[in-house]
Order: sequence, then C-alpha cells, then structure tokens
Amino acid sequence: MSNTAIKVENLSKIYRLGEIGTGTISRDMERWFKTKVLKQEDPFLKIGETNDRANKGSSDIVYSLQDVNFEIQQGDAVGIIGRNGAGKSTLLKILSRVTTPTTGRINIKGRVASLLEVGTGFHPELTGRENIYLNGAILGMRKREIDRKLDEIIDFSGVERYIDTPVKRYSSGMYVRLAFAVAAHLESEILIVDEVLAVGDAEFQKKCLGKMGEVSKGEGRTVLFVSHNMASVLQLTSKSLVLESGRNFQQMMTSKSAVNYFQSGNRSLKNKRKELSFYRRPNVDYSMIINEISVNGRKDSICELDLFEEIQIELKIDSQIARFGIEILFTIINQNGEIIATLNSCDQNFIKPILIGENNFEIKLADNRFAPGKYSGHIAITQDSISIAYDYILDVPLFEIRDTFQSPNWLDRPNGYLQFNNIKWE
Amino acid sequence: MNHQEAINEWDLVIEPQTSLLDLNLKDVWRYRDLLWLLVKRDFVSFYKQTILGPLWFFIQPLFTTIIFTFIFGNLAGLSTDGLPQPLFYMAGITAWNYFADCLTKTSTVFRDNANIFGKVYFPRLIMPLSIVVSNLVRFGVQMLLFFMMMAYYAYTGGSFAPNAYILLFPVLVLQMALLGLGLGLVITALTTKYRDLAFLITFGVQLMMYATTVIYPLSAAPAKYKWLIELNPMTGIIEAFRFGFLGQGELTLSSFGYSVAFTLVALVLGVIIFNKTEKTFVDTV
Repeated sequence: MSNTAIKVENLSKIYRLGEIGTGTISRDMERWFKTKVLKQEDPFLKIGETNDRANKGSSDIVYSLQDVNFEIQQGDAVGIIGRNGAGKSTLLKILSRVTTPTTGRINIKGRVASLLEVGTGFHPELTGRENIYLNGAILGMRKREIDRKLDEIIDFSGVERYIDTPVKRYSSGMYVRLAFAVAAHLESEILIVDEVLAVGDAEFQKKCLGKMGEVSKGEGRTVLFVSHNMASVLQLTSKSLVLESGRNFQQMMTSKSAVNYFQSGNRSLKNKRKELSFYRRPNVDYSMIINEISVNGRKDSICELDLFEEIQIELKIDSQIARFGIEILFTIINQNGEIIATLNSCDQNFIKPILIGENNFEIKLADNRFAPGKYSGHIAITQDSISIAYDYILDVPLFEIRDTFQSPNWLDRPNGYLQFNNIKWE
Repeated sequence: MNHQEAINEWDLVIEPQTSLLDLNLKDVWRYRDLLWLLVKRDFVSFYKQTILGPLWFFIQPLFTTIIFTFIFGNLAGLSTDGLPQPLFYMAGITAWNYFADCLTKTSTVFRDNANIFGKVYFPRLIMPLSIVVSNLVRFGVQMLLFFMMMAYYAYTGGSFAPNAYILLFPVLVLQMALLGLGLGLVITALTTKYRDLAFLITFGVQLMMYATTVIYPLSAAPAKYKWLIELNPMTGIIEAFRFGFLGQGELTLSSFGYSVAFTLVALVLGVIIFNKTEKTFVDTV
C-alpha cells in the first residue's frame, strides 16, 4: 500500500447562484421524483459551467469544483493556490467535512485537523483558559489532551498574564495569538490551514510559520496550506496545487507555480513595446529626446532573458544641442510596481558629452540579479544632478526574466532593492 | 474497489450521499468532552456580569407561578383538582419550561451556530445535545424550588400526596428532553430551507402550552375537546408528573404509552432529518 495520505477522485461541487437548494418545493419534488423514483440523472446537475466570476453565465448553476483529481503523499506540505473564486476554499471545506461534495470521493488516511478560521467557537464571556478548552474540544481534542498541553499552549500564545481574563477584553492580536496557539497544538496526521495568518503581528506570524514548518518537516505531518501570501507558501510548501476556475490545473513544484500565480495576476504588462511617444513623458524638452530603446538588440518586443543572461540596454538619443556632463538615470520597476533598482551613469563616473545628431548609449549588466518576472523602467536624461531634465519617460516595458531551466537557485534572489556590481556604460 | 475495501484501507472516506441511517454515533461519543464543555459554557456565560447570578433560574418560574395563581386560580377560578394552587402551577410550569426550552433552543441550532458549523467539523448532534443537557441544569435548579414549595405545603398541611409513581420521574425527564430534542431537530432542519418555520415556532410553543394541562387539570377539560388535549404528547407527561409528585392527575397506561411512542418516533425522525441536513446546510443557510 502506497503512502498516500489524501486521494481525491473526480471531485465536483455545484452551487446554485442566488437561491438555495433548487429554490422551490415543486422543483425539489421534481428532483426527488426523477432521481429517486425514475432513477434518472439529476435534471439540475446537467446545466453546469465553470466558475468564472467575471463573466455572467447563462445558467445559474455553477461548478465551484469540477472533476478535481489529485493525490497527496504522507508528509508533504502542499500549497493550494489560485485566484479568488478558483475553488480553494470549497476544496478545503469539503476536505474538512464542513460540506459534502456533489459527486466524487475523497479518501483520507489519518486524523484531519482543519483550521479554516482561528478561534472558532470562542465565547467572549469566558476566560482565556476556558476558551482554550472549548476551542480545543471543538477542534477535536480530548480534555486530557488539552490538560497535558495547557502550559505549552499558554506559553506559545504569549498572553499568560491575561489568561484568566474574559477574551472580550483582549486586543484582536491577543485573541488571534491564543486561538492559533490552540490550533498549533492539535495532534493530527493531516493539517489543513486556510489563510489564517493574515492577522497577528510580524513576530507572531513568523512564529506561526515556524511552528507550521516544524509540523510538516519535523513531525512528518501532511500539511495543506492556502494563502495569497506567496512568501509564506514558498517558505512552507514544496509542492503546490494550482486551481483554475474550479479545475485542478497542475500539481507542481511550489517555485514554479508561484511564478505562474504571479503572472496570471499581472496581465497588464504587455509583451510589446510601443512607439516611445505612447509613454508618459512628464518632462520633455525637444532639444534632446530618447528615440529608441532596445534591450539585448530587441526594439519593439519584450526581450525574454534567462536567469543568468547579461542584460544590455541601448538608448538612441537625438539631440539638437551639444552638452557636456549629461547623466542617464534608469529606475527599474518590477511587475508589482515596486522600484527595485536605480542605475545612474555618474555613479560609475561615466560622463560623456552629447553631440548634435544621434548619440548611442549602452548599459551592460553582466551581473543579472533579477528574479523571474517582467520589468519596466523610468528613463531620464538629466544634467547637473537632475537640475535640468531633457527627457523623462515613464514606465516603459523593458524585459522579462524567465526561469527557462527551472533551476531553484533564483529563490535566493532578494526581493528588495537591488545593487549591481558589474555595470558598464558605453 | 468495492465500498467495504475502501473503508478498510482508509480512515475516512468523504462521499456525497451516505445512507440515511449512517448516524455516526461513534463520533458523537468521541466528542463527549465537547458536550460537557459546551454545557459549562452555557451555564457560566448565563450568569456572568449579573448581580443575582444563578438566582435568575428561580425568578422566572416563581413569578410565572404567582401570576398564574392570581389570574387562572383566583380571577378565572380554574380547578386545580383540590391541590394548592401555587404547587399545581409550579409543577406544570417547571415541566413545561424544560420541554419548551429544549424545543425552542434546538429549533434554531443551525441558524445560531452557522458560523461555527461553517468552519469546523464535529458531529453536529453535539450542539443540540448540549442544549438539552444545559437546560437540564436549569431544570434541576427549578426542581429544587419545587421541592422547597412542596416542603412548605407539607409543613402547613396542604393536601397533596406523593406516591410510588414518583419513580417514573427520570423516565419523564428523559421523555421531555427527547421529545423537545426530536421536534426541535425536525424544525431546525426544515428552517434551513424554509425560514417561515422559525416564526411559527416561537408563538407555536406558547399556544401549545394552552393545549397542554399546565394551567388546568385534564379532568377539568370539556369532554368535547379532551381527545384533542390528550393527542398532545406533553399532556400525558405532565399528568404523570403531577400524579407522581402531588397525587392528582390522570396517569393511564394508554396515555403514558402514547407519549413514549410519540417521543421515540419524533426522536428518530428528528435525528435522521437533522443528520441529512447537516451535510449540506452550510451551502443553504
């Protein structure tokens, strides 16, 4: 027997929009008559379509999940990712037996503890201690088990001082700390966690992530984790299940699906670079303008670069005047709109005069440190430390970094501000 | 792979439709600690931040008894079968309250706990069971009051005669609990789909009290409507209760048997319907 912990076969779940059940008693009767007496297929199940929240469908019955199949091995930490409405929560609800599937079957080996919310069943009038017992019992712990772990739970929560105060007097952070502390001490072979870490301060979040990592790695437990916080998905899970409109898309390594997830959410960045006149230029003095931008030789489309490829950005500048002491500024922006690097030609003591006519500039980044994703940039031509700007062009798509070889190395690449060592201006 | 094999190999199989009789009572037993903690929660949270605390358990039946004595006993002059009036009403009210509390509180169990039920799995039957048990605590306290009154009337020479049928008391309590539970479960299951029932139940219970022998003895009921009152399963229970403790009332084998049978049918029906509803109610509530 293989060590499969969860096996999901042909799982579907339908919802009817707007109303409950089939809505009317007469349709309830019809359904009952057709399925139970005539043994026909359910007449209200046929008109299904996928769940796409943006497009209005013709039928008001939607599949929240449709024919989902997957298997999860014992001891795996699996992230479930997908856009809003992709069926993540429905899947977790079915797995934690809060609701039943419409068709299909799930086989589970081991005890399941699910955390779709922290602090379920907390009663505001009861003290912290009393709520630990109540919440623990709701989550499926026996009283003895809680007795044994009580000190550990209180210690983990860090609210020892208030443990005999009614929880209605707690701050929301303390409340969540206490609630998570209970949940973190569940003894089960399978742990299902929805986005419960969105609350609590940074210190506590870190502690929770640590605890969950410990759970999946140290104790050999199977963990299913849903979150929009890709950093924590990356940190906690090795595999991911990507859901797209209720169908399971793929099960793959977390790093890969994380990239996918980011890209599906950022479709606004186009693959074409348009005429430069298309982009916003808050400050343009027609005496000197940027005429052409090309990255690694590509002028009008976005250049796809591998993780370790050198980056060359070329600018063609048309000038009607001659100037000395020109500076060229690049601001590189990632697809979330965050500025992650600025490159200034005078930092490398590169000072070149501009002559009347066409001038070429080139910057070479031999040391590519960008994480996979699409990048754009602001480019400016200035003089005398930005006191005069000849041309300033905003948010031009530049290049895309691809993880062609699917190496895991890029995970080490920092997310914050980048500094480059090997910059050459020409 | 057939079904039996599947169960042997896996600890848990989640499937859309399970048999109506698959009640998962083993799970209910496993979660018994939760039952006690919920009872404790209900009891503790009831009197937190009150001055009189558990005394509130006494106040309600006491005042109801006083008012009933005044209105039905003195103004309307209804018969009490020769029993001291307050004692007569108190017996009826205590028993009726327990049943009515069980019924009304279990009848909103899905709605009141939609939040918890939507987030975590435990055998849903635990919730209504905990309601019945925590009402039992309240009932116990009110019985104390009743005993104190009995002692008072025994001392002052009121005419009542407890007899051997007092031994039926545990059976009667169980019957009231299960009857309230069973009916409540049916109603709560139906209210998830058809909300109207929720409105019906609150005043329905009030009206039903008048069709039960709480404020009058069965012997005083007009012959024309007596069958109707006897059709009410609570009548048999309250009559037996009064007969055991006070020596007046109509305890017959047929009326007792009828209420036992009715209770069992209501309970089985309630548990089955509840069990079927709990699987999908999260999507409909």
